Amino acid sequence: MDGGPVIEARGLTKRYGDKKAVDDLTFTVRPGVVTGFLGPNGAGKSTTMRMILGLDAPTSGTVTVNGRPYVTAVAPMREVGALIDAKAIHGGRSAYNHLLALAQTNNLPRRRVGEVLELTGLTQVAKKRSGGFSLGMGQRLGIAAALLGDPQVLMFDEPVNGLDPDGIRWIREFMRTLAGEGRTVFVSSHLMSEMEHTADHLIVIGRGRLQADMSVKEFITRNSEQSVSVRSPEPGSLIRLLATAGARVETQRDGVLTVRGLEPARIGDLAFDAGIRVHELAPHQASLEEAFMELTRDQVEYRANSDHNELIGA
Amino acid sequence: MTTATHPLGGPPVPVPAPGGMTAPLGPVRATFGGALRSEWTKIRSVRATFWTLVVALAATVGVSVLVSIGTVSSKSGVQDLRDGDPTSSALTGFIVGMLAMVVFGAMAITAEYGTGMIRTSFTAQPRRSTVLAAKAVVLTAVALFVGLVSSFASFLIGAQIFAGKGVHVSLGDPHVLRAVIGGGLFMAVTALLSFGLGAALRHTAGSITAGVGLMFLLPVFQSFMPGAWRDAVVRWMPLNAGGNIITTKNTEHMFTAWTGFGVFVLYAVVALGVGFWLTDRRDA
Repeated sequence: MDGGPVIEARGLTKRYGDKKAVDDLTFTVRPGVVTGFLGPNGAGKSTTMRMILGLDAPTSGTVTVNGRPYVTAVAPMREVGALIDAKAIHGGRSAYNHLLALAQTNNLPRRRVGEVLELTGLTQVAKKRSGGFSLGMGQRLGIAAALLGDPQVLMFDEPVNGLDPDGIRWIREFMRTLAGEGRTVFVSSHLMSEMEHTADHLIVIGRGRLQADMSVKEFITRNSEQSVSVRSPEPGSLIRLLATAGARVETQRDGVLTVRGLEPARIGDLAFDAGIRVHELAPHQASLEEAFMELTRDQVEYRANSDHNELIGA
Repeated sequence: MTTATHPLGGPPVPVPAPGGMTAPLGPVRATFGGALRSEWTKIRSVRATFWTLVVALAATVGVSVLVSIGTVSSKSGVQDLRDGDPTSSALTGFIVGMLAMVVFGAMAITAEYGTGMIRTSFTAQPRRSTVLAAKAVVLTAVALFVGLVSSFASFLIGAQIFAGKGVHVSLGDPHVLRAVIGGGLFMAVTALLSFGLGAALRHTAGSITAGVGLMFLLPVFQSFMPGAWRDAVVRWMPLNAGGNIITTKNTEHMFTAWTGFGVFVLYAVVALGVGFWLTDRRDA
């Protein structure tokens, strides 16, 4: 891997009637890291993923995997493993036969089916009808299918939806290990809190448009301002002092001062020089969730009520 | 090596290196042969498919035998048999078997749309016509096999029943072998026609309705038509055109066996063409 882009979208647009589900998206996804694809529900994430796989045709623009359209791949399953919809299986077929039928299309060896079953912990239920699987097991089967061709690129659309905490942790660790092996991992979510723990890089979309394309760290730095919580028995003097030094200070209900525009060390030094006692001095970095809400505030597609948190799934 | 809890509970599941390879994968290709093997796995691994075919076979042979018994139970029936076409009389059950084949052909593709499996299939093999062609080949082979077994069983049992009343017919008689093999071909092409409709319409109920309408409802209209029209139009109806292949005697205003069957094949080709074309240009 030379670290060059693996998935490359240029001006990708999908229009349904006069509504643009995806609007002029240009981005690249690189190997060796987990790239989070974030946006509120209805932002166009799934449509974009389907266009990458050639399931949906773009209205305009292009998207390539390893430099060419996915549909022209010689052995598609060797290039991309995708979990788009874990329920997209025939429930009457056993897990083993489902995987076997997929492996055969790319002439993958039969032993590979046993390997991915082992890998996802499904060996014991391999002969059971997949229709009876729990959501978590269905998700595992989808991941097993994605891994069949030992692909360099893995795409997961909302992989943790509806999973219990154990299942979520399992998938999270799994994606990190895959990226650690140098693979390209592209995972969508509407949950910022999920990406905070999984992704290294973020591509954020809202209403089909690109909102941000940067590392998680950079995303937080850019989208939020650092503040410092300060507790002091002499708040009046401290506020005056900090205001003179150019800070903006707010007093919270519990008496804690929220200081913006000054570094924590500077605040401590100023207080010390002025002889003002400080009992607590804590830098506060905004969470990714807050940054995300800030960014997509005007982009939430279905504003059912005024409560953003409900929509973004916080 | 890390471990993780299995969502089902129980002991932790070891998580080996994600590739999980016991040996590296060599260079592989997605080929038509691979698609064929895959479709064969799909068709043999769903119980509903198996039962549809069992029903097709049982209904065809069952109805054929019952009608044969009924025919020879009256003197006029035996006389009709003597004057008419005992081979096609022995294959009367095909009208029912066809119905099962319409279901079988449509379901081969609409079940994938219904469950969403089609997106998984088209991700593994994004060249959609390869997937459809492989399905069509496997489906035709299976339908042909079931059709031939139904046809030979119906004929051989029927011939035994007729022989009991002194009406003798055998595979060695003129056109008889062609008609009996024709029964298998008729079923295979019926499944293929329905498959084409299924690929075009994507919904199980809609496709079966269209298939049944085209095959069985269209002929109902012939009774409302003026005589001159009827003579010109009726032979072109799919069931009438295709049905000539299972007869040994020409009927008035109808095509000959192979010409009629050719017309029927043409219907299937058109349905398949539309199905392939739409599948290729639509979003999955």
